[in-house]
This record gives sequence, C-alpha cells and structure tokens, in this order.
Amino acid sequence: MNFEFSAEQNLLREQAVGFLSDRAPLSVARRVLDGDETHASDVWQEIVNLGWTATAVPESHGGFGFGHLELCVLAEELGRSLAPVPFSSSVYLATEAVAGADSLVRDDWLPRLAVGEVIGCVALYEVTGAPKPDRMKGCTVTDGRLSGRKRWITDGDIADMAVVAARDAVTGDLGLYAVDLGSDGVGRFTVETIDPTRNHADLSFDNVPASPLMTSTGEAGGLRRLLDRAAVLFAFEQLGGAEASLNMARDYALGRYAFGRPIAGYQAIKHKLARMYVAIQLARSNCYYGAWALATDAPELPLAAATARVSASQAYRECTEENIQIHGGMGFTWEFDCHLFYRRAKLLSVNLGGEYDWKHQLISCIEADQAA
Amino acid sequence: MDFDDTLEEASFRAQARTWLTENAPDHEGDHTDDFLDVAKAWQKAKYDAGWACLSWPKEWGGRDATPVEAKIFADEEARYKLPVGPFLIGQGMAAPTMMAYASEEQKARYLPKLASGEEVWCQLFSEPAGGSDLAALRTRSVRDGDDWVVNGQKIWTSGAHYSDLGILVTRSDPSLPKHMGLTYFFLDMRSAGVEVKPIKQISGQSNFNEVYFTDVRIPDNQRLGAVGDGWRVALTTLMNERAAIGGGGGTMNFQTAFDLAGEVDLDGQPAITDRGVRGQLADWYCKEKGLEFTGARSQSALSRGETPGPENSIGKLVAAKQAQDIASFCIELLGMTGVSMDHEELSAYAEAYLGAPGSRIAGGSDEIMLNIIAERVLGLPQDIRVDKGVPFNEVPTGAK
Repeated sequence: MNFEFSAEQNLLREQAVGFLSDRAPLSVARRVLDGDETHASDVWQEIVNLGWTATAVPESHGGFGFGHLELCVLAEELGRSLAPVPFSSSVYLATEAVAGADSLVRDDWLPRLAVGEVIGCVALYEVTGAPKPDRMKGCTVTDGRLSGRKRWITDGDIADMAVVAARDAVTGDLGLYAVDLGSDGVGRFTVETIDPTRNHADLSFDNVPASPLMTSTGEAGGLRRLLDRAAVLFAFEQLGGAEASLNMARDYALGRYAFGRPIAGYQAIKHKLARMYVAIQLARSNCYYGAWALATDAPELPLAAATARVSASQAYRECTEENIQIHGGMGFTWEFDCHLFYRRAKLLSVNLGGEYDWKHQLISCIEADQAA
Repeated sequence: MDFDDTLEEASFRAQARTWLTENAPDHEGDHTDDFLDVAKAWQKAKYDAGWACLSWPKEWGGRDATPVEAKIFADEEARYKLPVGPFLIGQGMAAPTMMAYASEEQKARYLPKLASGEEVWCQLFSEPAGGSDLAALRTRSVRDGDDWVVNGQKIWTSGAHYSDLGILVTRSDPSLPKHMGLTYFFLDMRSAGVEVKPIKQISGQSNFNEVYFTDVRIPDNQRLGAVGDGWRVALTTLMNERAAIGGGGGTMNFQTAFDLAGEVDLDGQPAITDRGVRGQLADWYCKEKGLEFTGARSQSALSRGETPGPENSIGKLVAAKQAQDIASFCIELLGMTGVSMDHEELSAYAEAYLGAPGSRIAGGSDEIMLNIIAERVLGLPQDIRVDKGVPFNEVPTGAK
C-alpha cells in the first residue's frame, strides 16, 4: 500500500509552500481584491519562471513530463495561498483540454501554454445551471468560424486563448474548439462575481476562427472527461483552502479570550474545530483517490472525481463558514481575511457545476458500474 | 501513489490467503448462539498454525510480524465473517497492559492463553459514576495482608458473563485527587464475591453487563503498576482501545441504502430516481470512501515503517453516526414495514436502528471523540475541570 505522496512530491510541496508564503501571502489576494488589477501578474510571471505551468505537459511539447500527482500538490498549495493567478484556468482547464486533443491544436497551443507564453481559459457556460451539453446551444461553428456568446469565464479578461464548447452548425455535434482571443470579432465584457480576487468575463464571438480539438466527434467532444480531470485538481485547491481556514480559525480561537480564557477551550468551539478537521480528513482521503485515478487514467475517474469534488466542496464550505463564525463579529468585516476564503469556497463549488450535479453524477456512476 | 502491496507484502498476503482458504470455516459473524465456541475453536486453529496475535513476540504465542503484516492478515480474515469479538478486549487491550506491567512469570502464564483463545478477558473500567469521566470511578480497594479487598460496581462490561479474567481499576485512596488514588489489578472472574448481571439494551440484546464486587479478594501480586499509579496503567490500556474497537458500521453501509433505494418506490418511481435521495446517498458514499481511503493512508504509513498520523481518530465518530442515519433512512423508505419487527429480513433495519445509539456511545461517545480530536490532534485546551487537585472524597457528585 502506497497511498500517499512520495518524498519527491513532498519536497516539491515544501518548495511551493516556501515560494507562495514568501511571494503570494494573503496580502497579494487582498491587493487584487481592493485594487484594479485583474490578477497578480508579478506572481504569475514568477510561477511561469518556476516552470509550474509545464509540470504535467509531456517533454515532447516543451513540458517537464511529471505526472499529475505533482500538479495535485501544487493545486493544494495554491488553494491554501489564494494566489490570484490564472493557474487553474490555464493549467487544469486549457492545458488539460489541449493536451487531450488529437489535432494540430495540440502542437500549436500546448508548447506555448506549457512555458506560460500564453494564458488559456475554458468557456463553457451560456445559461444558468451546470455546464452540460443540453445547456450549450448558443455557440456554433460554421466553416471553422465561431459565433455566439459564452458567460462567466474565469480569467476571461486575462487569457490569450480559450477552449470553447460549441456546436457544429451542420451536424449539431458539441465539440471543444481552440480560439485565439486576439482575433478580430472577440468581445470581452468584465463580470463581477462573489470572488473579486479572480477575474471573470463574458466572451462574445463574431465569426472568429476556431479549430476543433478532436478530429472526430462523440461523447460531447471530451467535455465530460475535461470536467472530471479538472475536478480532481480543483478539489485539491479546495482542500488547501479548507485547511487554511481551519488553521486560521484555530489560531484565532487560541488567542481570543472570552469569559477569562481562550475560546478554543470551550466545547462549542472545540467541537466545531474538530468537525472541520473531520471534514478535511475525509476530503483529503477522497482527493487522493481522485489523484490516483487522474494519474493512472483509471476507469474509475468519473466516480473518483465526483467523490473528491463533493467531499472537497463540502469541507471547504464548512470550514469557511465556521471560520467566520469562530471569529465572531470581526469575521464578517472586510478587514479580516476570513471572507477571502469564504468567497473562493463558493466560487470553486460551482465553477464546474454545483454540488447537486456532482452528487447526481456520483450516483449515476455507481448505478452504471453495478448494472454492468 | 497506488494501492498495491510491496513484493514482501504481496507474498505475505498470498501466504495468509492460502492458509485462510484452506482453514477458515463458514460462519455468520458474532450473532449466532454458538459464536463463543466457534470463536474459540477458530482462535485455537490460528494459534496452532502461527496466525494468532501476529505482532506479538513468538515466545508469547505471536509471530513477531510487522504491523503491516498484522493488518494484512486482519484484512484477509475480515473477508470471512468469523467471530473474533470475544478476543478484542483481551488481546487488544489487556495484553498490551500485561506486557508493560506484569511479571515475567505472569506474562508466560497468561499471554499464550490469550493468544490461543483458551482464556477470555474483559475490561472492568466504567462505572455508573465514571463513564466519559472515567477517573471518577469509586470501586474501592483496601489492602488486607497479602490481598486487596474490593467492593463496588462496574458497568458496560462487554463479555463479562463468559470471561475468565478481567482487568480492573479501583480507588485505593479517596483522600487524594481523582487521578492519583487509583490502583490497577487483574483478577479471576470466578473469584468469590464477583456477580455478573447482563444489561438488556434497547435492541433487546445483552452485549454488556453490570459487575458487582462484594468483598472480592485479589492477591497483591496481581496488582499492575504501583499503588496509586493505576491511572497511568489505565492509559496504556486505553491507548490501545481505539485500535481494538472498530468503526461499527456493520451492515448499515452505503450499499445497503443504495440497494433499498433501488427497490422501494416513492410516488411510483424507485426512490433512487429522486434527487434528494441521490444527494443523501452521495453524502454517505463520500464519507464511507473517505474513511476507507483514510485507512489506506494509515496503512501506507505502516508500509513505510512510519507511525500512522492522527487521521484515523475520525473513524468511529463518522461511522457510528452514519450507520444510525442509514438505518433511519431505510426505515423511512419502508414506512410501517420498516418498523415491523416480525419479518426477519426487513426487521434488520429496525434492529440496526435500535443498536446504533450504543455504537455512538461505546468506546468513547461522539462528544469524547470530538474532545480527543480537539485536544490531542488540534492542540486545543482541555475542558475546565473543577475537580482538579481536589481530594476525590470532596468532589461534588450528582450521579446515582
């Protein structure tokens, strides 16, 4: 049994912790929250220089060719730091999508994404509800040109390229298309969300050149697989954020006195913190299951991804809600950092479809397994 | 990251599996009338073949196996529904205490018979006034020549009615503060003055007993640790308790709920088509898998020769409540059928529901488990203890 990260992977974690605590403390997230920046471009450049964007990209395409376990380690630490950078959009989503392409798109975009020359994003949403094929009707591709509008795209103002879910105008098949966002006919409309430390925009496309990722269609053009793979990586971000919130709550409770002693000594607070710990341990173990499935491309990936996703969303929600509760009145002030995690928790809980959709997928996977 | 055995582990597992295939009898858990005889025969068979108490030294009937080998055998053995319950306390809690505190002669006399299943032990700790606050126990021991004379009452003693021996904590000096006046013994359960009365639980079963002591004489050489040092000895026992007592999920697991939700109709459709039901099932799946993979993380630590982290302390807390919730859910799906106790197959849910409260209390209540996580894992302050430093006989009491 070897169900833990390796010594080398933990060394990478130490380096990541060192870098992020030095260069991306919470004050950087707050700088973006209170200022006009779309993201911390200085931190992003350093992350690119460290080669993190190339982590799981094959060496043939300019990457380091590490597995996805290394990416999971980085995701957890980025989640803990709340670093306001487009890493998740560009790496978990755009790079993953492009790496899975069987067309020239792969050779064209993957090396540039790997070295951070371009920032990628993924455009899925059109209407309210989880990003499912039946809710994607408004973007169509005719003769290699995309028209339509996508909504709520994380890092939509920052990205140089987008992977867009759109339908072939003739066949009606849904597929993923690579689009250069510098092209004529692309419109960007900044959108405010609950988490201003992460940029969001709507994107409009008017006859914009678009290249299909897959030469053949089917299974909604790899959309499901992309969401499953990204869900595991986001789950690690959620896990890191949840643990940071627990630590923040614990530290505050130990230092905050009421009725003559630290509030951390009262069972109402102790048991809250203990339950946060329980939620995190369950999520961590399920995240490892997801990591294993992602790294080995196991047939269990859809189930493992859903399990990790649901657990991590729940842990992050519980830990961020209770972190504010334990901080009392100061917890809901702008000045204290609790709300940074509270905002991020809700954003990450819905960015790939909400908890109820993932629970539905989880049970559907088990039904399919047991019917087989 | 993988779930695979190392070469050595795989070879050990194959060896264990082969032996079990050839020797393990068919059985259905701890709930048959003959379970004690079956359990003893099975324990003896393991002992004779060198598969009992694997991590113990060979001289006491073990195999000098590594913790990971012991875990592998336990996992393989668990695939058969063999009754091992009667030995959990003796082998898991009494034995480590005996190893730490008994004389060499006593270890040679008692440990091999614990390993072979010839002698069954019970744990005489909890009292009517000393449950979660275990050190508040009042069973009195008074020195009399070479013996001690014990008077008082214990409660929640699993298996006392079929045990040969017991480990016992008593109060030898009530004028000292709570934790300081305790003394620890082991005794023959057939000693004169020991009376065992089964407790009828709400499930109708009797897994626990009250044990009364009336002028019971225990030789001083059966004292473990120094006079007044019983709390420290008890901690040795208790440190092994969480390892010995399992999660207790039993049959009320995710699969049970999933299967029933596929069979029972809600509004003309199988319940499992209902989004609320699916969400509930998904929650339970995540918790069950979370515990399973937490176990895999602990086992990985053993595999690497490391001590598992504190993450396993969440197991009983999560599993016991979940079993109760699942039993409740199944009954709700079945309606009045679910609360009928006259149908053997369907009454399993109601029986589990009645048994579940006990699992949330035995071996440390939910609240004690949360305190353990808060204090030992998260390093939070202990609760206020107004009895700290106060002579025990001056501490206010309200329990009967």
